[in-house]
Amino acid sequence: MHNINFDVAHLLAGSILALSFVLLYQHRITSMLNVFALQAIALSLSVAWQAYIQEAPHLLVTAGIALAVKGIVIPTALHRIVRRLGIHRQIEEVIGAGPTMLTGLGLVALSILLVLPAGQTVSLLAREDLAFALAVILLGLLTMITRHNAVTQIIGFMSLENGLVLAATGAKGMPLVVEISVAFSVLIAFSVFGIFVFRIRERFDTVDIGALDQFRGERRDQT
Amino acid sequence: MNLAMIWELAAQALQMLLVLALAPLVLGVTRKIKARLLRRIGPPTWQPYIDIWKLLHKEAVLAHNASWLYRVTPYLLFATTWVAAALVPTYAINLMFSWSADLIAIVALLATGRFALALAGMDVGTAFGGIGSSREMMIASLAEPAMLLVVFSVALIAGTTQLSTMASIFINGSVGLRVSLGLALFAFVFVAIAENARIPVDNPATHLELTMVHEAMVLEYSGRHLAMIEAAAALKLTLYFSLLACLFVPFGMATGDKNIDSVLIGLMTYLAKILVLAVLLPIGETSVAKMRVFRYPIFLGSAFAAAALAVFLLFVSRSL
Repeated sequence: MHNINFDVAHLLAGSILALSFVLLYQHRITSMLNVFALQAIALSLSVAWQAYIQEAPHLLVTAGIALAVKGIVIPTALHRIVRRLGIHRQIEEVIGAGPTMLTGLGLVALSILLVLPAGQTVSLLAREDLAFALAVILLGLLTMITRHNAVTQIIGFMSLENGLVLAATGAKGMPLVVEISVAFSVLIAFSVFGIFVFRIRERFDTVDIGALDQFRGERRDQT
Repeated sequence: MNLAMIWELAAQALQMLLVLALAPLVLGVTRKIKARLLRRIGPPTWQPYIDIWKLLHKEAVLAHNASWLYRVTPYLLFATTWVAAALVPTYAINLMFSWSADLIAIVALLATGRFALALAGMDVGTAFGGIGSSREMMIASLAEPAMLLVVFSVALIAGTTQLSTMASIFINGSVGLRVSLGLALFAFVFVAIAENARIPVDNPATHLELTMVHEAMVLEYSGRHLAMIEAAAALKLTLYFSLLACLFVPFGMATGDKNIDSVLIGLMTYLAKILVLAVLLPIGETSVAKMRVFRYPIFLGSAFAAAALAVFLLFVSRSL
């Protein structure tokens, strides 16, 4: 079992998951963006390694897309948005870092417990990738729901999408068309988000999602 | 056969005396490097030896209402820390008492010393001792679960909690690349910083500050009692350094027969590893600011999360 193929794949997929955790408790927007870029780079390395193991050259295209779009384009664009909104120095109070962390651990345990019995027949590597991917997806959702700020919610969504790509590459024989269309839909989602952030900002003079709740009259007690 | 046994005993005694002799020097080196980084000249590296020697010859002043616990604690703390430090393999594995070098036992020994010290801090009934003890217990309640999870993750990889066997498994490199080991190292470093009262959790160089933890607890001590506590603090730092060296970089240790060559190589590599760590610690310390007390749970919580993640990852790759 101690072959280098498995070890490196394990290392890369595990570091993607670990970076999801780092993302969960960052409270500076710029550092969160940097961690997200790092996660995308780890993802592209992991996909490239899968291409080498599975001898599937089309996965290299996926790795290239992940690196170019999510490692470089989206973080740079988000950096510019954050700078234009003037919130690049802002510190966002993460809702209860301790409980969030514990919930995150619970989600990782849940995804492992779910995937292990379901994937008895597939190879160890594919099963492990699936478990990690599910955990990354759930952690991305958790990142989204613990944040106030629209920009950091976007990062949560993008990191969720990293999990999807990880799951797609772990399974053998995913056609390239699907991956490319996923990548493009993420880009489109990103531009929609970008416009949306500026619209929110125009209306409410802030990108804090709490302002929306207040506007709808749902949360009158706080700020 | 008797001669062989004497050699084994001598090897074990060498390790016990080595950590004891080395501990103040390790502390001195970290202080010197830190002073140089702050562009001060700093005390000489052997200053901790002189301090302990001076304290041993001074009169111990006791409060009127101090109980026996207050007088016993320094010796108890020193004894438990020394035993724990002497059990961690330094230059060689499979020493005579290596069978008792269990990681969980070492954690328990350290916890015993800390428990006694926290009790002694509250014994005289001053406000400083009480606040120091309560903070120390808060840090302990956060650091120890993280430490135990680190222990579990390395024990799951090695299949044992015995340090000597662990080191021999890690030494031959059959474990491979594991992200769990990296996460465990990360968590271990955080726990070690908190346990040794270093920046950003506590500042070892201050007195009479509202944020101090360890120094507040031992504020009432003087003379030979304080010497024991200072020596125990130095030993604890050395213990964490050797534990890190033993678990994560065990290379160079004498594994087989203890002939002169292998022991010398083991000693040299051990000293080199400790020296590197003693330089890295002050560099890390000077590059961060001390954090508020209320942020400790986040700091140690991330260590806990990393260690728990390490255990989870091991479960995925292991269970079939």
